[in-house]
Amino acid sequence: MASEQVTKKVNQKAAAEQHLRPHWIAVRSKYLPVSLKLDRRVPLMALAILAFTLVVLVLSISYGEYDISPVDVVRTLLGTLPQDHPEFRNYNLVVHTFRLPRILTAFLVGAALATSGAIMQGITRNPLAEPGILGVSAGAGLAAVSVIVWFKDVPISWLPWAAFGGALLTAIAIYTLSWKDGGSAPVRLILIGVAFAAVLGSLTSFMLVFGDINDVQQAYVWLTGSVYGRNWEHVRTMSLWLLILLPIAIFSARQLNILNLGDEIARGLGMRVEAQRVLLLVISVALAAAAVAVAGTIGFVGLVAPHITRRLVGPSHDGMIPVTALFGGALLVLADLIGRWIISPSELPIGIVTALIGAPYFMYLLYRYRN
Amino acid sequence: MAVKAKKANANTTRLIGSRSLLLPGLIVVAVLLVLCLLWSITLGAADIDANTVFEALFHYDNTEFNHLIIQTVRLPRVLAGAMVGAALAVAGAIMQGLTRNPLADSGILGINAGAAFAVVLSVWLLGNPSLSVYAIAALGGAAVAAVIVYGLGSIGRGGATPLRLTLAGVILTAFVSALTTTILIQDQETLDQIRFWTAGALAGRDMPLVLQTAPILLVGMIGSLMISRQITTISLGEDVAKGLGQNTLYVKIIAALMVVLLAGGAVSLAGPIGFVGLIVPHMARFVAGVDYRWIIPYSALMGAVLVTVADVAARIVLRPQELPVGIMMAIIGAPFFIYLARWKVRR
Repeated sequence: MASEQVTKKVNQKAAAEQHLRPHWIAVRSKYLPVSLKLDRRVPLMALAILAFTLVVLVLSISYGEYDISPVDVVRTLLGTLPQDHPEFRNYNLVVHTFRLPRILTAFLVGAALATSGAIMQGITRNPLAEPGILGVSAGAGLAAVSVIVWFKDVPISWLPWAAFGGALLTAIAIYTLSWKDGGSAPVRLILIGVAFAAVLGSLTSFMLVFGDINDVQQAYVWLTGSVYGRNWEHVRTMSLWLLILLPIAIFSARQLNILNLGDEIARGLGMRVEAQRVLLLVISVALAAAAVAVAGTIGFVGLVAPHITRRLVGPSHDGMIPVTALFGGALLVLADLIGRWIISPSELPIGIVTALIGAPYFMYLLYRYRN
Repeated sequence: MAVKAKKANANTTRLIGSRSLLLPGLIVVAVLLVLCLLWSITLGAADIDANTVFEALFHYDNTEFNHLIIQTVRLPRVLAGAMVGAALAVAGAIMQGLTRNPLADSGILGINAGAAFAVVLSVWLLGNPSLSVYAIAALGGAAVAAVIVYGLGSIGRGGATPLRLTLAGVILTAFVSALTTTILIQDQETLDQIRFWTAGALAGRDMPLVLQTAPILLVGMIGSLMISRQITTISLGEDVAKGLGQNTLYVKIIAALMVVLLAGGAVSLAGPIGFVGLIVPHMARFVAGVDYRWIIPYSALMGAVLVTVADVAARIVLRPQELPVGIMMAIIGAPFFIYLARWKVRR
């Protein structure tokens, strides 16, 4: 009896070890000085999220004031809808001109915000950090609202640059101010980010007080975050930013992993901690700024997506960053659908949906990290 | 020896070295406040000299145009500013003492946002509600927000650390602001009616509104003074307070109630003005030491002075336009917050 129990225990232990043993997939490039170590769960999760996204995408395109059946949506997307279908031209118009670019924008923006959040959480070693909390969105928001309210009829292509400039300046200011005794401690980064968010937010409301009421309402929608009426130009802009920044983010994963061990260990391993932190901060800010520029200040995605992803594929940034990007995209596609559905025929801006989902989740996180 | 010297040093970090100087100091601040109030009344689209102000206040003649301006426009505005400043500062002092968090402030902790949301909601639902509805809504919103943030920030072993409370407040603010925005973008009328108010403004506050809010703030103020001794004890640490036989839960509940009355009342009067409650208690502590029986009255008077001066500045910088005073406070307050975050927060 006793020996049986012992064997059982040993077996359990072995099973536990087996379960704990990391299953890595190594990806190395012959030509580039790059190697990635991915968790075994990464490709599986990535595929699952992608499949989920595609389903939601089709449903989202089919849903609206002008309903199209999911089958017809797929046929229209693949170009296999017969020419003599009675609704051929309408379907093509609705799918390709209105709904697809909007939903793709949501996806790309979500991917950018999630990646930005993942990097920020890595840099600050705080699982509760996100672009909104660090004041970066507030900086981008102030810059863009100034443009909307003060310079009427500016081309829409200016907004990204204004937002980017605002975000970058804010990030530089926060980083500089949190520098003390030869380092930028994560707690200071967050608290000073909060102060900046407060003061920039109040300057933004100053703009809104004096603006023309119609501009102001437009700015409000934009400040909350919206993908209403986004077109292919937005999709192009966003994909360009992501094509440049996402690979850099993925290749910086190793640095993030090391930074996560703490500044002292990272320094001991021979890393130039502050230089790496600045570089990563710039990437993170650029991603957030691009997203804000295209879709306004959407909150909480940068917080929720990395966190859930970490639980799905483990904490190593190599695999986490690409999966986070996909997850963030999926989240926004879903949020967009919810926003259009929940008070139809009117619609909730996507940023409000993410806040309504994200804030309770954040509260739950706060509860989880209570120790 | 060294320890003793250090302790003595810590006691003298306050500006007023001797206890017997605390009362005269308070009187000096009160006189300063009166001067600031008068200064503020004389300033405006038409500059009115101090003599006329005195006449308008003590020998009111309703055929005199300047007297009319003073009594119906400037006096209520100036009083509102002073009341709001005093209330927010005392609320901040209590919160900082209670949570031992140097960054506590009704703006940062989301209480102002909660009150503002409730007010916007009432405007949206009721069209053009009476002023007393504003006040009730603001108090309710403030209460709910305070409970949520403090509850979430203080779960678990570490208690209410500055970082956690701050994050809880920031997130609640984001969440509630999203709800507020939802209303404002659905309904342009509400937006137009409320947008100046949401920036935190004193312009256009009339006497009935001021008089209606006054009792709420007065109750909050008196209550705060009455529990000031207990707050001093709690600010030494909850374990210490319990060890001294204090029923900390009881004190905390009353203190939270006072915070809600003060912050909620202030928001209903002037919109969400931030940073007053953050800055002033630090100044009061610097002047008056660690005893909340002195910190609270000092905070009240200094808060009134600060908002009055900020309001004057808000009217001067963009003449003839004016800034909402809430924005002025943010511009003054953010550098101070950064200073605190850099030097006063350990973790």
